Amino acid sequence: MTESLLSVEGLEAWYDESHILHGMNFTVGKGEIVTLLGRNGAGKTTTMRSIMGLVRKRTGSVRFGAVETIGLSANQIARAGIAFCPEERGIFSSLTVKENLMLPPVVAEGGMSVERVYELFPILKARGASQGTKLSGGEQQMLAIARILRTGAHLLLLDEPTEGLAPVIVEQIGQIIEKLKEEGFTILLVEQNFRFAEAVGDRHHIVEHGQVIDSFERHEVEANREKITGYLGV
Amino acid sequence: MAFFDIPLPVFMGQLLIGLINGAFYAVLSLGLALIFGLLNIVNFAHGALYMVGAFVAFLLLDIAGIGYWPALLLAPVIVGLFGIVIERLLLRPLAELDHLYGLLLTFGLALLLEGAFRHFYGVSGERYAIPDALQGVFNLGFMFLPVYRAWVIVASLIVCIATWLLIEKTRLGATMRAAVENADLVRAFGVNVPLLVTVTYGFGVALAAFAGVLAAPIYSVNPLMGSNIIIVVFAIVVIGGLGSIKGAIVSGFLLGVCEGLTRVFWPEASNIVIFVVMAIVLIVRPAGLFGKAA
Repeated sequence: MTESLLSVEGLEAWYDESHILHGMNFTVGKGEIVTLLGRNGAGKTTTMRSIMGLVRKRTGSVRFGAVETIGLSANQIARAGIAFCPEERGIFSSLTVKENLMLPPVVAEGGMSVERVYELFPILKARGASQGTKLSGGEQQMLAIARILRTGAHLLLLDEPTEGLAPVIVEQIGQIIEKLKEEGFTILLVEQNFRFAEAVGDRHHIVEHGQVIDSFERHEVEANREKITGYLGV
Repeated sequence: MAFFDIPLPVFMGQLLIGLINGAFYAVLSLGLALIFGLLNIVNFAHGALYMVGAFVAFLLLDIAGIGYWPALLLAPVIVGLFGIVIERLLLRPLAELDHLYGLLLTFGLALLLEGAFRHFYGVSGERYAIPDALQGVFNLGFMFLPVYRAWVIVASLIVCIATWLLIEKTRLGATMRAAVENADLVRAFGVNVPLLVTVTYGFGVALAAFAGVLAAPIYSVNPLMGSNIIIVVFAIVVIGGLGSIKGAIVSGFLLGVCEGLTRVFWPEASNIVIFVVMAIVLIVRPAGLFGKAA
């Protein structure tokens, strides 16, 4: 494994009184695509939201590069260079496509130029003046990914980017994720769709009851297919 | 010349009074709408802060000899800073609780402010002179239009349009609109949303203070001036659609005029016409004229 960019140790999190994460442990190496797999309610999204600082009550350690982020607020964590693409895309209906795209502030140098973003996602240029939520589901997903590429963040948290999308769109999203990896982005991916996850992921962590209960490198997937599908209940 | 048997000067006179009231309604409901959008708080202190704005202008002149034009800028800045302190010290700790707590707190704050100014200045009101440059009247042929009243309408329109442009056409405005929809996600993009909330509250109450300074030469500077107007302004915000910027501005002017015209045709009804319109709007379009259905 390469040098780790994100390292999560003993992460626990609560929503009000419910204890959701019970000590998550995993690392994401620089330039890797790492997936969190698991059934509904296992704690994958809560893990993402905890890393991002959106779950108020959390303990343990989340180190991003040399920075310990467990005590930081969401905006400070984002400024440190982590970008978030939430479940259900989070496109703002009161903003145009262009405004949605330009919304996240630049947090570091080296982000994609707007021209490059338009090259990857030509539809966003053509539909720039439309209301954000007037785009199709697939286009909204493209927009949700596109807008965090401009910011200069190097770690992207993608929460179920294929949810509810047609297979042809899922394939496009897969190609985009591959391209992002080539460009040096590090990606932590939450997925329900295991076929998609295994196609793009370098490493997979199985999450159950708020813990990582098993992990597989890309080359170990084939030999453990039955075990993995057992975990996921597919 | 007459209009529906009403002499034109009377008709136009009431229309003008309506427009002037509408100008105050618009600036006040605009601030309320901004605050409601981002803080989810119905700012009951808004009327009191409008009154404080007028008093700050009065005191600037009375104590420091600072006149109308600097006060038009200074009073909103002073009241805006006061609003920032209120938000940080009092409203921020309530942000996670039910909206009712914010409403109660701002209601209490309104009573406190009003009580304090009543204690020191009574209820008879203080006179504030129209600045020299805005003395006099325009002769429109069919009526005389006091220059100051024309200025109130123009100044309110400019402030309303500028605020609308800020919200709808700038990057800061887009960030505010996004934060109204999903504050968490905007934070997760690296925007300091709590700071944005504080500044928005300060800006919203600064608008109230601006209206207060505009009002000072027309009405007397009176501790009760806020509570007299604020109930009507709440009705206007509801009619326009809670949190809608455009709704607040348009219904502010519209209902001011509506009130003025009612005074021509059925004077007894003019005090309640806005509430009748509110009732009808709530039945026909519960989200308000410009509000998005929930």
